[in-house]
Amino acid sequence: MTAEQTKILRTVPREKAFYFFTSIGNYTGVSAASLKEFVEKMNEVNMKSLEFHLYRGDLEKWLEEVLEDTQLAEEIGKLRKINLAGEGLRNQLHAAVSRRLKRLTGQSGSLAI
Amino acid sequence: MESGTLRFKSNGFPLDAIDMGILEALQTDARQTYMSIGKQLGIAHSTVYDRIKRMEQYGIIKKYTAIIDAEKVGKGKIMAVMTVFTDPKESERVAEKLCEAPQVLEVYSSLSEELQIIAKVVAESQESLHDFIANSVAPLHGVLRIRTSMVTKKFKEIPLSILNDPEG
Repeated sequence: MTAEQTKILRTVPREKAFYFFTSIGNYTGVSAASLKEFVEKMNEVNMKSLEFHLYRGDLEKWLEEVLEDTQLAEEIGKLRKINLAGEGLRNQLHAAVSRRLKRLTGQSGSLAI
Repeated sequence: MESGTLRFKSNGFPLDAIDMGILEALQTDARQTYMSIGKQLGIAHSTVYDRIKRMEQYGIIKKYTAIIDAEKVGKGKIMAVMTVFTDPKESERVAEKLCEAPQVLEVYSSLSEELQIIAKVVAESQESLHDFIANSVAPLHGVLRIRTSMVTKKFKEIPLSILNDPEG
């Protein structure tokens, strides 16, 4: 595993984790401190939360500034521009993040949605 | 007003009707003179002076302060009531942390079905309110979830006063 892969896959401290909100100031109680946890939590979190964060650019920001994964941040940015919503958005987001996770970890199997 | 009637005790310090009258007068306007308070209560200004000094010494009068309109000084354009649901073991610590934040004006705890900390928060904008909650409140150990309601209109706001004792 390269240094870059290790960096992206690391678990970040609590204060740098991603906290899922459904609207301004409304925290769901779900957080993710690594890319692996992020892809898992994406399935359990309220749909409204994914929409809220995607269209504010929070997901890209966290991926780029905290996990330092520019490539995935760009991919998420593209999803934002095609105005997805509902389960379609969740599926697309999950697919993009789990694809990236598999590439980074070198796994060949698929991650369940 | 019944002079000399014992209304309540504070740490063994008995307050009579004159003390209560002085406190009421100060809460209405803390900048008025001893003379003015004396006139209202029908007592000498020297008595007012003595009573006030005594109540200051005993910590009944903690301090004199100003009530500032945050909107007019350009602070706190957004006001919100934040309910933080916490792990009971951590609630005390969460509340203490909230008290340290300058954005947080008031902090209370409440026990209904779950332990909640209720805080009044001010911010420059919705974005800064969200940043504060996302970066400084949600990551606190023991925070389970947060509900925030933005205040859209203020109908009443006064400091706690002996004047508005619901018992009369």
